Amino acid sequence: MRLNARSIGPSGQAAGASAGAILTVAGLRKNFGRTEVLKGLDLTVIERELVFIIGPSSSGKSTLLRCINRLEEPSGGSVHFDGVEVTAPGTDLNALRRSMGMVFQSFNLYPHMTALGNVTLALRHVLKRSRAEAEAMGRSALADVDLSDKAASYPHELSGGQQQRVAIARALALDPEVMLFDEPTSALDPELVGSVLAVLRGLKARGMTMLVVSHELRFAREAADRIVFIDQGRIVEEGPPSAILNAPRNSRTRAFVAELMR
Amino acid sequence: MTAWQHFVETFCNPQIFAQYWASIARGMLVTVEIAAAVVVTGLGLGVALAGLRAYGLGLVNAPIVIFVDLLRAMPPLAAVLLAYFGLPSIGISLSSFAVLWLVLALVLAAFAEEIVWAGITSTPRGQWEAARSTGLGFSQTLALVVLPQAIRLGVPPLTSRTIAITKNTALGTVIGVGEILNQATAAQSFSGNATPLMMGAVAYLVLFIPVVALGRFIETRFRWRRA
Repeated sequence: MRLNARSIGPSGQAAGASAGAILTVAGLRKNFGRTEVLKGLDLTVIERELVFIIGPSSSGKSTLLRCINRLEEPSGGSVHFDGVEVTAPGTDLNALRRSMGMVFQSFNLYPHMTALGNVTLALRHVLKRSRAEAEAMGRSALADVDLSDKAASYPHELSGGQQQRVAIARALALDPEVMLFDEPTSALDPELVGSVLAVLRGLKARGMTMLVVSHELRFAREAADRIVFIDQGRIVEEGPPSAILNAPRNSRTRAFVAELMR
Repeated sequence: MTAWQHFVETFCNPQIFAQYWASIARGMLVTVEIAAAVVVTGLGLGVALAGLRAYGLGLVNAPIVIFVDLLRAMPPLAAVLLAYFGLPSIGISLSSFAVLWLVLALVLAAFAEEIVWAGITSTPRGQWEAARSTGLGFSQTLALVVLPQAIRLGVPPLTSRTIAITKNTALGTVIGVGEILNQATAAQSFSGNATPLMMGAVAYLVLFIPVVALGRFIETRFRWRRA
């Protein structure tokens, strides 16, 4: 499952110092025009860890995820992933993104393709698998999110929860090293949230490394290894769920958690 | 002679019909040939230009925009005449068939480019991001994810524009392309009777009613609800 790091990066520098660190973000900054969204952010993620990222709206949570796979171009700082400097100029981003799955708030399924078509597109055109092989892998990915019977359905025929699970299957089919979830349940009706969280729980059990931006604190308490609270482009506080949710030290964390728990 | 008899005599004369149906049929064949060539090349070029424009290269996009605006603003008849009489003076001599095909294909390409480009710009950014985040490159995303949606979005205006421009094959008559209208007006002047014009009009209907119906079918077929 581990990707051969040497084949991707131009330099192959060692990643962060921590043992088992798969992802290291150092001094990450991002400006949109004059607005500083990320103001020097450091984060290290260990293999198999589920890191939950919380924070007020426009605190930089989504921008952080989007800088990690360079959907947004960071303005400064560095990201290392699996021994490769993501932020280096010559990095093969397409190769890198294969091993970093991303799931969006608005699902972003391709509306002109079936669920299976959505899941197999990158298998066929990035991993260059044959149609038969891609479809077998795609069906297995759909089975993993409990949607075997929806392979032939188009996105508009699926509920929000089902669409989001197809989007997760689309990312998982590529056998990524880490999964980035950007508010995966925020666009869902409350009764559909559970089905998506169940998939995340399953991934956690299988040892997937995950970064999850979400407001589902109950899920965080149960499944997260660590919660990171971001406000105004900086990490304000981080720690195990019990510490952050029960006894936050920073007043901003306390106020935010109290507001969400109401 | 009653008015009705006079009308039939002038516009629906069986003898004239028998005499000229073959040349009208030849005209239909020519019209079909040009129309088919125009549709294939015009739509193909239009989609290609819109796709090229998506790369956002200033040096490429400026000529595309100028080309598109010029051909959308110019009356096709003026373009046909200009090309037919102007090109030989710069050493390019094309058959009248080729001139008509070229001009109409370029006009259709200009409109198709604008329609498909509008579709590309209205494809949500999330579609690009989802595709790129799975490792698809820019060109792959454009070809596999964005263009199919942009084209579907453009199907209603594309079909009506395609029909409008293929009907402009009738402009070939001014430069002597032997299409329907050309055959009909020639037959009219030989016979001194308007029946060939009526035959020409019917010939257009016979050809284009199925095209209009096909356009409607395509519009229904490619309409899909957004999730």
